[in-house]
Amino acid sequence: MADERTATQARASGAPRSLASDGGHILRAQRGDRIATAVLTGIACFVMLIVVSMVAYILYEGLSTLLTPGFLTEPSRSNGAAGGVAYQLFDSFYLLVITLLISVPVSLGAAVFLTEYAPDGPITAIASTAIETLSSLPSIVVGMFGFLVFSVNFGWKYSIISGAVALTMFNIPILVRVIQQALEDVPQHQRDACLAMGLTRWEATVHVLIPAAMPAIVTGVVLSAGRVFGEAAALLFTSGMSSPVRLNFLTLDFSSPTCAWNIFRPGESLAVHIYKIYGEGSPEAQHIVWGTAALLMICVLLFNVLSRLAGKALAKRMTAE
Amino acid sequence: MAKQMPKRSLEKVGFGVTGACVALVTLLVLALIVMVAQKGLSTFFKDGVDLVGFFTGTDWSLANIDPGTGLPQTGALPLIVTSFAVTLLSTAIALPIAIGSAIFAVEIRPDFGKKIFQPLVELLVGIPSVVFGLIGFHVIVAACKAIFGTQTGMGILPGAIVLAIMILPTVTTLSMDALRAVPDGYRQGSLALGCTRWQTIRHVVIKSAMPSLMTAVILGMTRAFGETLAVRMVIGGAEVMPLSLLSPASTITTTLTSSMAIYADGSVQKDVLWSLGLLLMGMSLIFILIIHMIGKKGAKSHGR
Amino acid sequence: MFDYSCSRRSFLGLAGGAAAVAGLGLAGCGGSEAPAAGSADAAAGVTGEVTYDGASSFQALVEAAAEQFMNENPDCVISGSGNGSGAGLTAVSSGTVTIGNSDVFAETKLDADAAAKLVDHEVAVVGMGPIVSKNVTVDDLTLEQLKRIFGGAITNWSEVGGEDAEIVVVNRKEGSGTRATFEAAVFGDEKNTYKPAQPEQDKSGDVQTLMGSTDNAISYIDFSHFDDSKFTAIKVGGVEPASENVLDNSFPIWATEHMYCAKDADDATKAFLEYMLSDDVQGELVAEQGFIPVSKMAVVKDANGVVTEK
Repeated sequence: MADERTATQARASGAPRSLASDGGHILRAQRGDRIATAVLTGIACFVMLIVVSMVAYILYEGLSTLLTPGFLTEPSRSNGAAGGVAYQLFDSFYLLVITLLISVPVSLGAAVFLTEYAPDGPITAIASTAIETLSSLPSIVVGMFGFLVFSVNFGWKYSIISGAVALTMFNIPILVRVIQQALEDVPQHQRDACLAMGLTRWEATVHVLIPAAMPAIVTGVVLSAGRVFGEAAALLFTSGMSSPVRLNFLTLDFSSPTCAWNIFRPGESLAVHIYKIYGEGSPEAQHIVWGTAALLMICVLLFNVLSRLAGKALAKRMTAE
Repeated sequence: MAKQMPKRSLEKVGFGVTGACVALVTLLVLALIVMVAQKGLSTFFKDGVDLVGFFTGTDWSLANIDPGTGLPQTGALPLIVTSFAVTLLSTAIALPIAIGSAIFAVEIRPDFGKKIFQPLVELLVGIPSVVFGLIGFHVIVAACKAIFGTQTGMGILPGAIVLAIMILPTVTTLSMDALRAVPDGYRQGSLALGCTRWQTIRHVVIKSAMPSLMTAVILGMTRAFGETLAVRMVIGGAEVMPLSLLSPASTITTTLTSSMAIYADGSVQKDVLWSLGLLLMGMSLIFILIIHMIGKKGAKSHGR
Repeated sequence: MFDYSCSRRSFLGLAGGAAAVAGLGLAGCGGSEAPAAGSADAAAGVTGEVTYDGASSFQALVEAAAEQFMNENPDCVISGSGNGSGAGLTAVSSGTVTIGNSDVFAETKLDADAAAKLVDHEVAVVGMGPIVSKNVTVDDLTLEQLKRIFGGAITNWSEVGGEDAEIVVVNRKEGSGTRATFEAAVFGDEKNTYKPAQPEQDKSGDVQTLMGSTDNAISYIDFSHFDDSKFTAIKVGGVEPASENVLDNSFPIWATEHMYCAKDADDATKAFLEYMLSDDVQGELVAEQGFIPVSKMAVVKDANGVVTEK
């Protein structure tokens, strides 16, 4: 009886009849397979449930504030407990742009060196270990270091530039890894072809490898921008916890403290703003906190989508040409 | 411009420019390490704080200065214990979930995994830690309070849960990369021998991806160890030896955030806080060392 | 202009005088943008940048004042952070910011040399009182009872006339100006070494939030952060926690809010500090934000916590 059932099962799942003599083993294996599949599916569903419910919760709490007219266009008032987050939004993007302006060229250079030039030896090993170390340092330590060196020793005080340099220190290891990966993924025969045609390694890198790796590089840069955008701990001590109350976007007098483009003025990112007014217990402040959280999350979501679209568009253009 | 330059010097310029980038980054990191080490060690050499007492003492109170020695109470053991407890517990929670879902997304539903699951999980990476803290405080702390009936619901457990969610995307995406890196030939070979999918996953895929999976876990632990603001909001912040998983405690990082601003530069208290910073840095160096060791061992067992 | 090295007492006198003059000068101005002609209002038409850092307890007051000031002086920018008294004092003595805000005297945080280089401006006084969760029935505690609760000798509400429930002590972090003030008033010269496994919060707002969600808890907070919807402020030795009781020290827990600048501060900084002491701020804004103007106080507290009649 038991034998018969096993045999049927074995036949049903397509196993040859001859194996049915060891049917118990197969049955166990198949049952194990089904259980494992169910458990793994359950876990994956659980993870997706966490993500979706977190996002939904933030949107639920924050969307009504976010959609309030003026939230995105008015500066904050009375210590952030009223008004909007216009300047924080601008500062976040401005910090991001400056950070990318510094970190992308440096990371590109470092990654090219490590993939294309790096002589085997202790120096290369030290360099890559150093970059790895940087990527695993707690942000608070980088913030402390940034305060000591850039804000105090360099005399930059609390300023956009101090914050951007501290953020650069985070961004470099991520970018170096992404770009290295992208360059390594370019097929070796492209390199060989370049060299065989008499190009130097530099020419090969600039004219062939980097363009070939561009879609992956762009995707990586935009994704890393999301992390920079949400960073708070490193900015507390470097760019300060408040923006000037009034910014003038039209002036070109870059030394004026009211000039929005002045990199030596203090600034405050959206994430720092949340940390700052989280402490304020008033209901209005709580609304602003959730609204800012929703705004931050939507921005990061946009970065994610954008990075994929940009990467795809670039790849398409390059293969079509 | 490029055409006027002889090839040899062009190559030299390229080498020089990219080499300078690497040198810059390396110098920056070395400067950081030296500076934190110098600041952190001066506690013991300049101020005369007892090194052994720092690691084994259980009384932490920077405001409470002993009139005899003029030094504050600097027993950092409670902070160290709490940091490790939070890190290990969060890893224990996140590990099965992360690896399980990674297996699902790579082995069971690869298309779904790549198109829907991975972008969804990567969304979690972008949510700033302050927002995790907010949700932790409003949802997880409240849940702990209701379920376990403690006074505040704050402590190591909610901290570990928040951290587990935070490191989940890191561990998951890295695990997915690790599983994808296993050559398809291994799977086909195993299936051709009559193994079921689960047997293949368990005995072939996971085994050959093991070193990379462990690296993923260690990287997750590194992030958990260094995480600051989210933990601060749910752990309660009492610098005492944790008595249970649900009594307020304080990790190294949370003590740093809340005390760093209070004390003036050059004071003993500030130096002690730099020592905590040094400890954090030392731990991340150790984590990296472990990753390197795993990498070497993995390479050896693969015969590469 | 002020004599920046004048003594405390004459300083207060001067401040009062300046406030009066400024009041006269500005009474008709009503916050219009036209530069106020003459008078002590050196602030009119000020250009430059002022930055501050320091105590979070009265950052709201400084920001509100800064907003007004900037409306009158469109070319001046004032901005800053609330990283704590110690950070503010460190930052102002190292020159990272031009003003350091502090709940406590600079002498208690910096060494004597550094403190001597700073100029103190006492901008307001704030009372701080014990608060309890909504479910607690106790509404009056003596200083002695507070001392025993926060010192760990009393751990159950029934010991002070409440219901039988364990007391949850919510402290501020060590080194917080509010905690220093509270402990100085409650413990006096004794040192509080009791360190329970209970929550310690970074900011006044965190205490507000936590007290709103925790039963059987006790904490302390400054008057400007009182919030009846979240917790109850209780009496100390029968005295209501109200600003008028602080004036003559009958409510004993209060602190003076200090704004420090360097002796050689720039004109914009000096102008803003003068503005803080002028009637524009001291007149209504201070009270609006829940603080007490220094000029109204009948007593003063020195760096050692000794209270004397003015």
